[in-house]
Amino acid sequence: MQRSLRTFQIEEVLRPLGQMLVFSLASSIILSLFVILLAFLFQNTAIGADVTRRFGVSLMNYTLLNLPQVLMDGLTLGFVYAAIALGYTMVYGVLEFINFAHSEIFAIGAFVGVELLIAFQAYGLIGGQNSLLSAYWWLLIALLAGMLVAGTMAVLVERIAYRPLRGAPRLVPLISAIGVSFFLQDAIRLIESVTTGQFHRIMPTFGNFDNRIPLFTIGGNTVDIQIKSLIVMVAAIIMLVGLNYLVNATKVGKAIRAVAQDRPTASLMGIDVNRIISMTFLIGGTLGGAAGVLYALKFTRIDPFVGFFPGLKAFTAAVLGGIGNLTGALLGGIVLGMLETFAGTYMSIFTMGVAGAEYKDIFAFGILILVLIFRPQGLMGENVSQKA
Amino acid sequence: MSKRLMFVVALFVLASLVLAACGGQQAKTIKIATQSPLSGGQSSLGVDIKNGAQLALEQLSGPLTELGFKVELAPYDDQANPDTGVANAKQIVSDPAILCGVGHLNSGVMIPSSEEYHNAGLAFVSPANTNPKVTDRGYLEVNRIVGRDDVQGVVGAEYANSIGVKSVFIIHDKTAYGQGVAEFFKKRAEELGMTVAGFEGTEEKANFDPIITSILAANVDMVYFGGIYDQAGVLFKQAREKGFMGTFMGPDGMDSSTLAEIAGEALVQGGGMVYSSVSGPASVYPGTAKFIADFKAKFGAEPQPFAAQAYDAMAICLKAIENAAKANNNQTPTRQQVAQAIRDLKDFPGITGTYTFNNIGDITSAKYFVIKVVSADKTKWGENEVIQTLDIAPPSK
Repeated sequence: MQRSLRTFQIEEVLRPLGQMLVFSLASSIILSLFVILLAFLFQNTAIGADVTRRFGVSLMNYTLLNLPQVLMDGLTLGFVYAAIALGYTMVYGVLEFINFAHSEIFAIGAFVGVELLIAFQAYGLIGGQNSLLSAYWWLLIALLAGMLVAGTMAVLVERIAYRPLRGAPRLVPLISAIGVSFFLQDAIRLIESVTTGQFHRIMPTFGNFDNRIPLFTIGGNTVDIQIKSLIVMVAAIIMLVGLNYLVNATKVGKAIRAVAQDRPTASLMGIDVNRIISMTFLIGGTLGGAAGVLYALKFTRIDPFVGFFPGLKAFTAAVLGGIGNLTGALLGGIVLGMLETFAGTYMSIFTMGVAGAEYKDIFAFGILILVLIFRPQGLMGENVSQKA
Repeated sequence: MSKRLMFVVALFVLASLVLAACGGQQAKTIKIATQSPLSGGQSSLGVDIKNGAQLALEQLSGPLTELGFKVELAPYDDQANPDTGVANAKQIVSDPAILCGVGHLNSGVMIPSSEEYHNAGLAFVSPANTNPKVTDRGYLEVNRIVGRDDVQGVVGAEYANSIGVKSVFIIHDKTAYGQGVAEFFKKRAEELGMTVAGFEGTEEKANFDPIITSILAANVDMVYFGGIYDQAGVLFKQAREKGFMGTFMGPDGMDSSTLAEIAGEALVQGGGMVYSSVSGPASVYPGTAKFIADFKAKFGAEPQPFAAQAYDAMAICLKAIENAAKANNNQTPTRQQVAQAIRDLKDFPGITGTYTFNNIGDITSAKYFVIKVVSADKTKWGENEVIQTLDIAPPSK
């Protein structure tokens, strides 16, 4: 185990990439097989007849035709959840408390990115005649700015609202976190209302992000992926790999892991615990801010409460994967994103239109409850000693 | 101690004297409330409802001023939220100076809030609420000067049929307004022989991917969205991005330039986007030229839909208060008298039409429009083309 921490460790890049690939493929295959089985079972029942009447295709064909698109959407959503979930899980790993203000850090990232891009558009830097390449540069700048501000805010929140409460009973910082969450929501609302007159902001349309790249054709249906979905996925993958490398292969990462394992001992070994905790918040906040900008890019519209549902679901993903565990957050995010998209698309047909996409969360969270009944520690729970 | 007590008592006496004096001076102040969303995603419509009413108050309160009254506007922000609307309504009815009101934008807010108005006997004139339940309860205090969803949904379905739509996917926002109009659309569409491939309610505001997958699988000619533009814009944009090339349609909740800001090109690509409405662009009405000019001069922007109706709703309030005051020997009328005076108006000449109310508060003949979006540019929203104009009486019960 005597590895030099200074040399580049290629296996720490390959390992998370491999994990992502395995998790994505495994959840895709399991869920696909599940709906295909359902389609097979209900093919010749009233449900199958209802689909044929409404869509003019058999239930099995309907299921298969939609499957590639569902997988694509599910993965995109899953990576967004994973990027947010890492913020929850890192803080939990180090401090053992749930940072409920993380969803607002996410919203701050989204607002900084969108406001910057709106300003760029007002100055004529993006959209219109500008080159395609410049669109990507400006998006990157907005993304970095969102990360910077969100990361700084996360550190500030820790310094002001959590550090003075360290050592207090565990419920106390939790309540403080909920308070910070409300405070930040209304602060965004106030600032946006005063400066722009409205707090619902819309991502400007520029570049070629809305275009679709056709991938392949099956049964006369072209399966394609939107460029912005691709950007979201690639950006999320880069961040996840980067984080994994930071935590597992650098000196700072070693310190973070040490603080997570045993804070007093780490302190005795000469690690500046406060600095490491600030660092954890900085990393988590940066990831959350980036996820915010990416979310705004993908879903167009944001408001001060935009963080609530993605935050709740990312927290769920973190718990599903085993909270405090980085790989678990990744797995949980992908599984939850997939489950949600599958439920949203297929629930309507399997219930004959009674329970539509609206009820997707019931299904996704129902699965979560089932998993936690049988594995209270989460999917990756046994690796708890490796937390953060 | 006793000295301080004396001082406090003296202060109280003084304060109550001052208050009483103020009360005496304000005896003849009349307030007219407005309730509409002044903040949030639907505020572009809501603010202009307030502005339209404010303009009417400034221009038309002359007769009441001559009778010795001081007329004031009391604007409230319902945030398009039923809870906020009801809380505001409680405040409004507890202010005895408020004799009439203009509002709301959303039927889902108007219906619970008007229970408060009804209990207090306070008359409201709605410039925008189209859900049948608003007036079907038969309250004396609740009036509207626009059409109804049970007619609007039918108008939409018949238009869809006339352009050859064979299959439609219907989505609504689960509010009284959105779901209501979607159901009337669905009923008529099925009667006309169209295939309804889906009927789904959603409160989702960002990620419509699962629904869009179903829409694309169903390969429909039209997507009908029963709801408001802030949700619809995102859905339309995402559906176009994923390759839906049919027509979008919606009710009058689509009618805001913000829709073009959110959805952009999606509104003009493929089959384009049409909406039915109970309120045409202000320029459709013969009497609104002066209103548009005044509105622009005062607020620096084109009036949004329902601003002209809000102007008329306020005008009706003012006229009814004036009539009731005159019948009451030029004294401040009671709320009951004002409510009755609104129903007693015959052929009231507004800028958007001539209004007579029936026994439940609907107007005896309402205008319905089918409007097509012509440009993705939000500044050209006012140029949207009116394809059909219909005058239809409310369905008789």
